[in-house]
Amino acid sequence: MNEPGSTPWPKENVPRENVSPPPSSSTASAGSIGAGVDANCKLVVRDLSFFYGPKQALKQINLSIPQNTVTALIGPSGCGKTTLLRCLNRMHDLYPGNRYVGEIRMYPEGINIIGRDVDPMEMRLRVGMVFQKPNPFPKSIFENVAFGLRLAGLRSSTQIEERVEKSLRSAALWDEVKDRLKESAYALSGGQQQRLCIARALAPEPGVLLFDEPTSALDPASTARIEDLVYELKDRLTIVIVTHNMQQAARVSDQTCFFYHGELIEANATSEMFEHPRQELTSRYLTGQFG
Amino acid sequence: MASIPELIVRLKRQDRWFAVLGLACTLVGLVTLLILLAGLIRDGHHRLFDPAFYASFPSARAARAGILSPLVGSILLAFVTILLAVPLGVAAGVYLEEYAPRNIWTTLIEINIANLAGVPSIIFGLLALGALIYGLHLDRSLLVGGITLALLILPIVIVTTREALRAIPQGIREAAYALGATKWQVVRHHLIPYSLGGIATGTIIAMSRALGESAPLMTIGALTFITFLPPPPIRSQPPFVNFQWLNSEFTAMPIQMFNWISRPQAEFSALAATAGVVLILMTLSLNAVAIILRYRLRKRIKW
Amino acid sequence: MSSATPEPRDQQVATAVKPRPDSVSPLFGSGRPRWGERLVEWLLFLAAFISVVVTMGIVAILLWESSTFFRSVPTLEFLTGRVWAPTFEPPHFGILPLLCGTVVTTGVALLVALPIGSIVAVYMSEYAPFAVREFLKPTLELLSAIPTVVYGYFALVYVGPTLQRLFADIPGANMLSAGMVMGLMIIPYISSLSEDAMRSVPMLLREGAYALGANRLITAFKVVYPAALSGIGSAYILGISRAIGETMIVAIAAGGQPNFTLDPRQPGLTITAYIVQVSMGDLPRGSVGYQSIFAAGLLLFVFTLGFNILGYLLRKRFRESY
Repeated sequence: MNEPGSTPWPKENVPRENVSPPPSSSTASAGSIGAGVDANCKLVVRDLSFFYGPKQALKQINLSIPQNTVTALIGPSGCGKTTLLRCLNRMHDLYPGNRYVGEIRMYPEGINIIGRDVDPMEMRLRVGMVFQKPNPFPKSIFENVAFGLRLAGLRSSTQIEERVEKSLRSAALWDEVKDRLKESAYALSGGQQQRLCIARALAPEPGVLLFDEPTSALDPASTARIEDLVYELKDRLTIVIVTHNMQQAARVSDQTCFFYHGELIEANATSEMFEHPRQELTSRYLTGQFG
Repeated sequence: MASIPELIVRLKRQDRWFAVLGLACTLVGLVTLLILLAGLIRDGHHRLFDPAFYASFPSARAARAGILSPLVGSILLAFVTILLAVPLGVAAGVYLEEYAPRNIWTTLIEINIANLAGVPSIIFGLLALGALIYGLHLDRSLLVGGITLALLILPIVIVTTREALRAIPQGIREAAYALGATKWQVVRHHLIPYSLGGIATGTIIAMSRALGESAPLMTIGALTFITFLPPPPIRSQPPFVNFQWLNSEFTAMPIQMFNWISRPQAEFSALAATAGVVLILMTLSLNAVAIILRYRLRKRIKW
Repeated sequence: MSSATPEPRDQQVATAVKPRPDSVSPLFGSGRPRWGERLVEWLLFLAAFISVVVTMGIVAILLWESSTFFRSVPTLEFLTGRVWAPTFEPPHFGILPLLCGTVVTTGVALLVALPIGSIVAVYMSEYAPFAVREFLKPTLELLSAIPTVVYGYFALVYVGPTLQRLFADIPGANMLSAGMVMGLMIIPYISSLSEDAMRSVPMLLREGAYALGANRLITAFKVVYPAALSGIGSAYILGISRAIGETMIVAIAAGGQPNFTLDPRQPGLTITAYIVQVSMGDLPRGSVGYQSIFAAGLLLFVFTLGFNILGYLLRKRFRESY
């Protein structure tokens, strides 16, 4: 039944309406820091508004996310950071009454991933997601990782085994589980479960990986391992991470975006933003005066 | 106004009394049931361990009567019922829980199922009589009996399917969607497998209800003297299966028991008691399986 | 490193590209059509819709088949007549004796089941230690797992004769014994659902009462019970609906004679038992008397429908409040 990936994903050269080139430094605003803006942006969000029914949760967001970087989304609860993250793989499509306005272009293809002609299922094969609470399937460790591969149309069992091992290695979990792949994922500790979820998301080799407060349910040691992992993974893909923990944002991210009441207040290189916030609101948030 | 210590003593005494009363009320039902069951066994134990009782057809002579045809009838009936009710009920439950938009039509379907669960079983018998036997001119067969009982237990299967699905955390669904699964893939690979235990529990309970049900079968006229078995479902020649048994007339355990109860002679009353013991053993063992299954599921799954 | 931009007005690319109408995407049904997915959804919908077809079928069959009955028996006579004698010449079709039978047996059953079921519910929800509840609740639910024909046997063979010893000159088959046994059967319907309702009352409410020095009894009856009232009400209604529709117990043990009386010691005939009686072959097929079972069934359906909808609404209200 309709295996995702059975229709070709629009290629770079397929003529499409409204395809704009990746923004380069020439189009970057005066506001962004001078140091050469990366020409290969992975995601460009333009004039994005989002509505839960009548309630507007995001207001005219504009943001570029460069390839092979970690972008942290921070802000107080209800500011829209998770809403934006869930726009990036269209999780909002699962619930009725939600509405997107604007566009999110993914490069190098240049397609608008929230356009109505884009199949959300195919898109999600290219954008992985790791959730707040570890949510492994009640299946074996192996089957958890293999599930996405099978969805992506992989059939050969040797290939699946290879990819499962590779993903578990990338998630720094292989050594701990290699002898018990057939055991239930629920036998793992919370931190291990979360790394299993990362392996599961990595297996189909997505170009973008989204993290929704991935360490909020974990102890400090497990948190440190996940953070290390995030740092290593950015060599291979583009990472967007929502975190309520400003220190975490400072530790793992290259750029940070601060949201407040559904608006993007400030976005900048992380070190720059933490040392010299340009907006009054940002500096008050970063110094813990609200939020 | 009473002093505080007196008040506390009084409050505590009230609590103790009510705890005793509550336990007594809980036990009164169970003890009454045990007494009645003991009576049933006392009256019916003579033939309970007689192999001929299980190998003989009902007969006008009590000493030679047995429960072969009702026993086989009940088992085949349960088989047809489950085969019809489970796919339909699970599909309906999945639709209502996972697909249905929140609108007036869905609400109507929900009210309708809640109502159907409370419709007296004999009304289902009238439905089958009017629609299947008068309307479609079907015989009073295992198929008609199975359809009747399947419609009767359909609401139970739907409701338990929905409850089992509702117990699956939303995070599991989101995780599967985030990997690019379509809705049906999520349902087929995750939701249905994870809810199978709950669905099985509900189905077993529903089956025990169907086994003990007699009123709708009486209405379609199944109260007849059946001294033959349906043709066997398996043949030695190709195509090896045979569906003629579906069109066969049948009787069932509760109907046979009713038949024996309504005879004035004491020997038949004893036969009724024996049939009652067998029937209770069937339904209670199904319920016991369901209880154990539910208990083990609750212990094993911790989302 | 970063190309992120602080504010919309600062970004030229962004302001240059206005959102186009086609980028306003409706969420459901977006993407390319997946016909397999659509087909599956339709099949599942059809399965859910079958329940509606069944209800419509019940209504249609009952109306259609009883219409022949109502052509020869005036509706008013049916609803107000005090004599039910389908085999007499001329036959009498006054439903009141059957209604009496149904009301009396249901009433007796409720007198047994409501107090016991409610006390059991309070005990299980507020008093019973965890282990006791874990054991007693499923055990009590077995009461509703006993086939009703077996309960009928109990009522006829054990309870009836016992009552005969208590009250002089009453028949062995009477409405009292059938009703009492029916009450035993519906205890778990009432206790289980009431307990579920009481247990879903938030702990916070109980803590409020305990903090004022109340004991369990006061907390249970003055705080938890009222808070769970609509849920408990729906449990009661389910019990009533079950008792009205119960067939085999009353067919076996209530006596089988239509009696225009409210005295439970008399034998009686309920609507359901009458339908069984006719199905056993007392009346010829196609006769007015035979068609009367559909008229009786229609009345029964209307009663239970009313109770079921009331119960549904109460349950819904209860779910919404917690």
